[in-house]
Amino acid sequence: MAATTETVEQVRAVTEQKYKYGFTTDIESDVAPKGLNEDTVRFISAKKEEPEWLLEWRLKAFRAWQEMEEPHHWAKLSYPPIDYQDAHYYAAPKMKARPKSLDEVDPELLKTYEKLGIPLREQEILAGVEGSEGRSPAVAVDAVFDSVSVATTFKAKLEEMGIIFCAISEAVHKCPELVQKYLGSVVPYTDNFYATLNSAVFTDGSFVYIPKGVRCPMELSTYFRINQANTGQFERTLIIADEGAYVSYLEGCTAPQRDENQLHAAVVELVTLDDAQIKYSTVQNWYPGNEEGVGGIYNFVTKRGACRGKNSKISWTQVETGSAITWKYPSCILQGDNSVGEFYSVAITNNLQQADTGTKMIHIGKNTRSTIVSKGISAGRAQQTYRGLVKILPKAEGARNHTQCDSLLIGDQCGAHTVPYIESRNRTARIEHEATTAKISEDQLFYCRQRGLSEEDAVSLIVNGFCKEVLKELPMEFAVEAQKLVGISLEGSVG
Amino acid sequence: MATTTTSRPATPRGFDPATARPFLEQFDRLKADLPGGSLSWVRDLREQGRARFAELGFPTVKNESWRYTNLRALDKLAFQPAVAAETGVSFDVLPTVRAAGTTGPRLVFVDGRFRAELSSTAGLPAGVELLNLADALAHKPELVGEHLGRLATPDDLSLVALNTAFLADGPVLHVPRGVEVAEPVELVFVSVGSDEHPTSFHPRTLIIAEDNSRVVIVEHHVGLGTGATLSNGVGEVFVGAHASVHHYKVQREHTNAFHLSHTAAKVGGHGVYDNFILTTGAKLSRNEVRSTFDGEHGDTHVSGAYMVRGDQHVDTSTFIDHAVPCCTSREVYKGVIDDTARAVFQGKILVRPGAQKTDGYQQNRALLLSETAEIDAKPELEIYADDVKCSHGATAGELDDQQLFYLRARGIDKETARGLLIGAFLAEALDEIPEEGVREAFQAYVSAWQNAR
Repeated sequence: MAATTETVEQVRAVTEQKYKYGFTTDIESDVAPKGLNEDTVRFISAKKEEPEWLLEWRLKAFRAWQEMEEPHHWAKLSYPPIDYQDAHYYAAPKMKARPKSLDEVDPELLKTYEKLGIPLREQEILAGVEGSEGRSPAVAVDAVFDSVSVATTFKAKLEEMGIIFCAISEAVHKCPELVQKYLGSVVPYTDNFYATLNSAVFTDGSFVYIPKGVRCPMELSTYFRINQANTGQFERTLIIADEGAYVSYLEGCTAPQRDENQLHAAVVELVTLDDAQIKYSTVQNWYPGNEEGVGGIYNFVTKRGACRGKNSKISWTQVETGSAITWKYPSCILQGDNSVGEFYSVAITNNLQQADTGTKMIHIGKNTRSTIVSKGISAGRAQQTYRGLVKILPKAEGARNHTQCDSLLIGDQCGAHTVPYIESRNRTARIEHEATTAKISEDQLFYCRQRGLSEEDAVSLIVNGFCKEVLKELPMEFAVEAQKLVGISLEGSVG
Repeated sequence: MATTTTSRPATPRGFDPATARPFLEQFDRLKADLPGGSLSWVRDLREQGRARFAELGFPTVKNESWRYTNLRALDKLAFQPAVAAETGVSFDVLPTVRAAGTTGPRLVFVDGRFRAELSSTAGLPAGVELLNLADALAHKPELVGEHLGRLATPDDLSLVALNTAFLADGPVLHVPRGVEVAEPVELVFVSVGSDEHPTSFHPRTLIIAEDNSRVVIVEHHVGLGTGATLSNGVGEVFVGAHASVHHYKVQREHTNAFHLSHTAAKVGGHGVYDNFILTTGAKLSRNEVRSTFDGEHGDTHVSGAYMVRGDQHVDTSTFIDHAVPCCTSREVYKGVIDDTARAVFQGKILVRPGAQKTDGYQQNRALLLSETAEIDAKPELEIYADDVKCSHGATAGELDDQQLFYLRARGIDKETARGLLIGAFLAEALDEIPEEGVREAFQAYVSAWQNAR
């Protein structure tokens, strides 16, 4: 059924709700002057006291970036050109030195994370999950505030098992051989416009190394917060799971409500060796802009995992509800024989949000398998595109892919698009792709209402059912948040 | 972060203007002799085509809609425009879907030019016009003036622009209001070329089916010579309200042929456009079919089957434009790819804002028979209305081991079993053809291809 006037009104009412995370933290910051040139790169590198090789790598990236063209032509996104000189590339809350313990962290910062519901006190359990007291700590958190990591919890406990979980700027000093070996090995500094920019100016992010045979006992999590105005955030995450290791990693993001657009260009690299597994989950809730499309984060992210070892597995799960612009294709390079790649995505766009997101599954090794489940929900005047590539190379004997892309449209002003690319060069590979586009059916709504559910609850139930395949992939602690987020994003938007 | 307001350049990406030059020089040399040169609107149309092609040239793989089909080979061949068909070419049997011994309406074109002695308009109901474009421009310009270049416009695509510059001949069919043509109209295109040099021609097809009319058209594209040929065809199909046009094509050109074809259809309210393309021939072929709904309750079927081997390349690119509400489109493509051949399928369904109650379905299945065969598929949905039902499916793989086992367990040898399964796989596509006679004839082409394995 088409959206009724009432529905449109309801959508408006919901979206006029204040973005819950839109506050700013008043904190004194150390900010690089606006603009981007080699001096900016040197400034960042000096701030981080980086070794020479890393500065050189950044400069190579910067020089490459200057020769590159912004990829405007293929993504289904429309936005005015970005002036890369009109932004700060480094902003950090003023701190005397890297805090040794949480007691040394600025209380304003702690308050910010408290307000966001992110526990930085190690005795705390993730807020919002009742009945989890008494269990062993569920989540270790690395909190990134603008350009720096301000705190990482449970570091000592993890170190007992040989797990390294720290800010990448710290890892550069702590385990330079690992960083140097793997940084840029999955996403080279020449990869694409935004990844190359990130390589030149990345400030902080998380580093994880799980040693051979270790199963990480708790969820690792990074919480990204953009606070400073006119600042781009360029974080870099590197996760390595050595042979037989396992880790589940969560990423969350929010930003204050501002009228100008802010750029977020992150790079995430994952590496799994033989029999290793990484499960990477994201709940992306950057400020999406207001109902007229003013403000919001431009989210240009390169996420890629390399299943280098045999029988290894990388699983991406994402719930994308924020950002004015999302450009993001978490991918898997399935090199190792029998390796597995998974991509589970729920993307919700409302108002004037635009999202062009999907995945790439590159099958190189024998018997590699990939699964893609993408659920897109578009409301308001939003435009959403699933864009994905499944590529089977000649040596990928027995490769398998199954792709399911479903779109749900709510209201007659939005758009939902599907652009899959399927390339097979091995006859023994089996590829199946299915896509559907529909609305919430009158029958489903009637069935629920007839059983006494309000229209809102019915929609929430149906949409959660629509997303269930993906949401069930999230770690329990995150699933609770994600389900709420799905509910909030679409409350009242009966289709 | 602040943003500036300068707009981005609108230059189309992925064209190589340098590739236009030899064709432009030929055009400038030839244009005075092209048919219809006394009509100013024809001259204008050609000049528009020339200007646009000069601007663009051939598309390159940087062009999104050509990412899987590389036309660079064309640039290496010095194509000469086909001269008026030479005599001496003899045909034992012209291809037909008709029963042996029967005749019916048929136009024959050799290297893009009309051959009257092989053609016939016998069996057409009164009022139906079936003639070649050169004659139409000379004697009945009013028949084509309103329609030519309206659906496939030169500014649209560079190959259409090239065809428009050189437009000279091709079939013109006009079915008046309320007339049903019982006999299938056959259009036979023969590529002969020359042993001396690569030959190019640009056939132009115009089909106008007025309201409440019905017609079945069968196009045959075959090759006789051994020299390289380039057939760059453009067709425009106007389907009136409540009219129904069944448009079938079989392309069996020889493997030195480049076969590029663009068909643009517009379907009126309650109209039916039913298109099916069977491809077994050509070194490189691309069939681009674009259909737009112009009235509610229209119905479009765009389907096909392709079988390629050796180093053949086949590209099927479809675009269904649901511009108005309440229309239905259905696409079913099946392909078999052997040796080092490569197949490309790109299918896009666009549902424009307000086109509610759209029902769009698309399916592409590819069977890879060899280690080195390749399939590239890009099924695409672009949807701007909420009350719609759209889906697509794509699969790629080899023959099912279990099915093979089932047959072999019943004493059927491996090759026969494979043949049965391949035949059954393709038959599902052929089932999309509602015209029995045509379906059977096409089935025979499929069997012939299989027997030649």
